[in-house]
Formats: sequence, structure tokens, C-alpha cells
Amino acid sequence: MTSVLERPAPAATPPRGRRKRAVRLPGPWTYAALIAVLAGSAFPVYWSLVVSSQTPDKVDSVPPVLVPGGHLFDNLARVFDESDFALAMWNSVVVSGTITVSVVFFSTLAGFAFAKLRFRGRSALMLLVVATQAVPTELGVIPLYMMMSDFGWAGEIHAVIVPGLVTAFGVFFMRQYFERAVPDELLEAGRVDGCSSIRLYWHVVLPAARPAAAVLGLFTFMQAWNDFFWPLVVLTPENPTVQTALSTLASGYTTDYTLVLTAATIGTLPVLAVFILFGRQIVGGIMQGALKG
Amino acid sequence: MEPTGLVVERAARAKPTWRDLRHRWDTRYAPYAYIAPYFLLFSVFGLFPLLYTAWVSLQDRNLLDGDAATFIGVDNYVRLLTADPYFWNAMGNTLSLWLLTTVPQILFALGIAQLLNRRLRGRTFFRMGVLLPNITSVAAVTIIFAQLFGRDFGLVNWVLELFDAGRVDWQAGTASSHTAIAAMVVWRWTGYHALIFLASMQAIPSSVYEAARLDGANSWQQFWRITVPMLRPQIIFSTVIATAGNMRLLAEPLLFNPGTAASTGGSDRQFQTAALYLYEQGFGKFDFGYASAIAWLLLIATVLITGLSYLAARRIRTD
Repeated sequence: MTSVLERPAPAATPPRGRRKRAVRLPGPWTYAALIAVLAGSAFPVYWSLVVSSQTPDKVDSVPPVLVPGGHLFDNLARVFDESDFALAMWNSVVVSGTITVSVVFFSTLAGFAFAKLRFRGRSALMLLVVATQAVPTELGVIPLYMMMSDFGWAGEIHAVIVPGLVTAFGVFFMRQYFERAVPDELLEAGRVDGCSSIRLYWHVVLPAARPAAAVLGLFTFMQAWNDFFWPLVVLTPENPTVQTALSTLASGYTTDYTLVLTAATIGTLPVLAVFILFGRQIVGGIMQGALKG
Repeated sequence: MEPTGLVVERAARAKPTWRDLRHRWDTRYAPYAYIAPYFLLFSVFGLFPLLYTAWVSLQDRNLLDGDAATFIGVDNYVRLLTADPYFWNAMGNTLSLWLLTTVPQILFALGIAQLLNRRLRGRTFFRMGVLLPNITSVAAVTIIFAQLFGRDFGLVNWVLELFDAGRVDWQAGTASSHTAIAAMVVWRWTGYHALIFLASMQAIPSSVYEAARLDGANSWQQFWRITVPMLRPQIIFSTVIATAGNMRLLAEPLLFNPGTAASTGGSDRQFQTAALYLYEQGFGKFDFGYASAIAWLLLIATVLITGLSYLAARRIRTD
């Protein structure tokens, strides 16, 4: 039995676009245009680094300075001294980490059931999952806020975590993946050996899910880290996430942009790091039409 | 096969062992246990609040009145639709921003995808580059753009002055503030749509283009007569996704003018969107009933506009 379970069959790669394509060799203009697009994409991020390494009077000057200065560490120290940014970072790590683990776990579990198990009402329930993907749940913020106050969770990060623990998109995404990537024969072999479905899930399905689960996890982490509206509504400035701390920092009477953009830079670093490490997979996920904004 | 199965089944019925029972339970009920967490959590924290919004919208319910709620029927809706110029102003701004964001997003994305759809050196680098804006947070982006579009020391105005175009007080006017906010949204989402288009462009067989070239079509004609029609499903998808997102803009107008009156979207409400008005009524004035009515009207407007843009995107000519 174990010999079967230890070596899950290699996941079938989902079919890609036909290899034959409209090939046009790029000329210098193509590269020039693309580099211009890239510069436009990167500029605001670069600019935030420039401002965060300057003193306030340098930022409020004409002509503006266009290169980084030497005050990044002073500004960093000020961000952590003058605001709860350390707490905000910690809260964001906890929120995004918990949501990511939970979404990946529940999505693979439900995706496995929808893709590989037979039960009554399966297609109707799956249709319900697909339909709920289109539901703009953030328009329900008022009752959601009332619920959280009733639970005594308003102002606590549970209130941000719990509604994010599952996503329709995650379930749909994993089901699509399992349908192709886990061969039925493998599961039947496990069944014959007397494996329960939960053991099949743990020893066969979950290992096979690794590539797709990684993409789902990366995407979920980024969305949870960047989420703004609901944390803004339910949290207080005393117990913020990075995004709500940014809005508090920016809403003083006079905005000290060196301070705010230093915070913005720090707050962007975790997703930037994830993106630099796994950008290829994220791009691949979007190109397969799999990831929805 | 059939007889053996029956024999086995009969044998099982005769003497159900613990193992058989467990197996039967496992195949029959375990799937429900696996999908239950999703349905439970989604119903409680996603669907229920959205539906309950409809009930709250029929009440006069203010958080500050100790949650005393009175049923007032459609009064909130009547007030919004007939006696609240701020609501219509917010709806107008929402529509204007929807148009200013959605159309350029799709057009720029098509152009960028076209550029990326060549045998490039450093493909991954370019693809990651165009996606970079999409991974940044809306809060950070908006604050950065607000600084760039600053009146006195903003980089945009400095560049405009270099070209003798004069300074613009971006936040003050309706058109200028909408342009600046649209720039943020377009910047953040164009690359994402470009990658979706790119994926489908790569599936168009080159023989189609060769045939067109033989017929004397230049590359501009090939783009509009072949590429765009063949991308129709993706263009529809992107239009619908972008519309749904752009009808709900809140963070951009809120943070574009950070300060004490942020939720009014400028001194004259010149860039207050419907979602921001919902936020102002709900969490600035704690008028939960009124805010819920705004939520439903916004939902209805979004469905209508999404439907219209779907129909518009479907009109792309297919040969």
C-alpha cells in the first residue's frame, strides 16, 4: 500500500496554448516601447523609495530630487517610533498567514471532493460555488460590521481573519486543477488498498496539489496583505494592519510624505519579495487564465 | 463483473463488518464534510451579510441610537433617489471614473500584449515588469500617486511646467481629480489584463496572419481584423471584471485627499464615489439603514453597467 502512496504519479501538465504562434521578431522599437512601459510600471515604486530616503524639505522643493538620498534609515526609525507600524506589520503577517493557510487547506479539501468524489447534489453545489464568485460581498459590510460588534470582535484582527478563511475562487481553482492533475486510477488503487478518503487526501491528493496550491497561496497572501476596505471599517487606528496604518499616517493635518512613503515602501516589501521569488509562477497562473483579480 | 459485484454486495449485507460500514460512511458522507467549511463560512460571513443588507436598508437604523431600529419601508430609497443630490453626484462620479478607467485599461492592455507577443529576450522579466503594479497595495499606490499629483511639489506638475503647460490643482477640479484617480487604477490593472490577452494571442495560429499578409493586410489591419476579434472572449472577461471592480472604487478617492474630510471625496465632493458615499453614511455618520440602501442601489447599478459593458464588448466583430 505504501509503495503506491509514496510515489504519486507526476501531475499531468495542463495543456498550454498551441506552440505554433504568430511569431514576429521584435525590432528595436518593440524593446524601446516595452522598456518605456516597464519604466512607467516601476516608477511609482522607485519614487516611493526616493522620497523615503530624503528629508522632508528636500521633498518639498522645486525642482524635485529624482535620486535616492541617504536618510532611509532615519525615516525607518521615525516610522517605527512615531506610529504603531511594528504592530501593524505583525498584525498583517498574522492575518495574511492565517488566511493563506486556511484558504489553501479548505480549498484543496473541497476541491478534492468536487473533482474526485461522487455525492448527491455535487454539480448543483459546484454551480453555487461558481455563482458566489461573482457576488460582491464587500457590499455587505454594514451587517458584517454589526455581526462583528455583536461577537465583540470589532477592533480585533479576528474580524479580518474569519471572513477571509475561505474563498469561492480557491475552491473553483483547486477543483479545476485536480480534475486534470490527479488520475482516478491512482485514487482507485488507494481505495483497493483500503484507504479512507481523508487518507487519500492527505497522502495522494495534497502532495499532487503542491504546484497549484503554491500559486493559490501566493495569490491569497498578496490579496490578504493588500486588503484595505474591510480592515479599515472593522479595525481601530490603535490595532491596525499595514494598509490601515498607512491611511492613518496619511491623514494627519499636514502629510509628512517622507514618513508616509517610507511606511508605504516597508509595507510593499513583503509582497515585492514574494513577487521577485515567485513572479514566474504568478505570471504563469494569470496567463493560464486561472487567477482572477 | 456484474454477478461478482452482486455476490460481494449480498455478502456485505449479510454480515456488515466494521470496515464495510466505515467505507460506506466514508463514500457517502465524507464529501459533505469536506465541502462544509466553505459553505458554512461563506454563508455566514459572505452571503448572509449581503442579503441582510436588504433588510437593514428598509430601516431607520443608527448605530449611535443604541441600535434602535425602526422599519420605514422604502423611505431610504425614496430619499436617495429623489432628495439627495450628493447621491446623484456620487453616482455620476462613479460612472465617470468607470468610463475613464475601464476603456483605457482594455486598450492599453491590448497594446502591451501585442508588444509582448513576440520572440523577446528576457520574456519573464518583461512579463513580471508589467505585472509589478498589480501586486502593490491600493493604499500605498494611492498615497504615492497623491504625492506625485501634488499641487505645489508634485512631480507631475513639475513636468507639466517643463513643457510650459502650467500647473494643475489636481484635487480641486472634477475633471482633473478624475483623471488622476483613473491614472492610478489604470496603472495598477493594465498589466494584469495584458497578460490575460497575451495568453490568448499566443494561441492564434500564425497561418491566419500569413493568409492575411498574402491578402495584403498591413499589421494595423491584422491587429484589428484578426487579433482583436479572436480575443473577444478575453476582452469580454476583462471588461466585466474591470467594470465590477471599477464601479466600487473607494480606497483611491478616500486616500487621494487624506485628511479630516477624506470621506467626502474632496471639498466639493468632486471625486466622491458611490462606495465612498456608502462609507461616509455608514461609518462616518453611522446611518446604517441609509448606507445599506446605497449598497443595494450601487449593486443594482453595477449589475446594469456590467450587463451593458458585456453587450458592448460582445459587439466586437468576428469574421
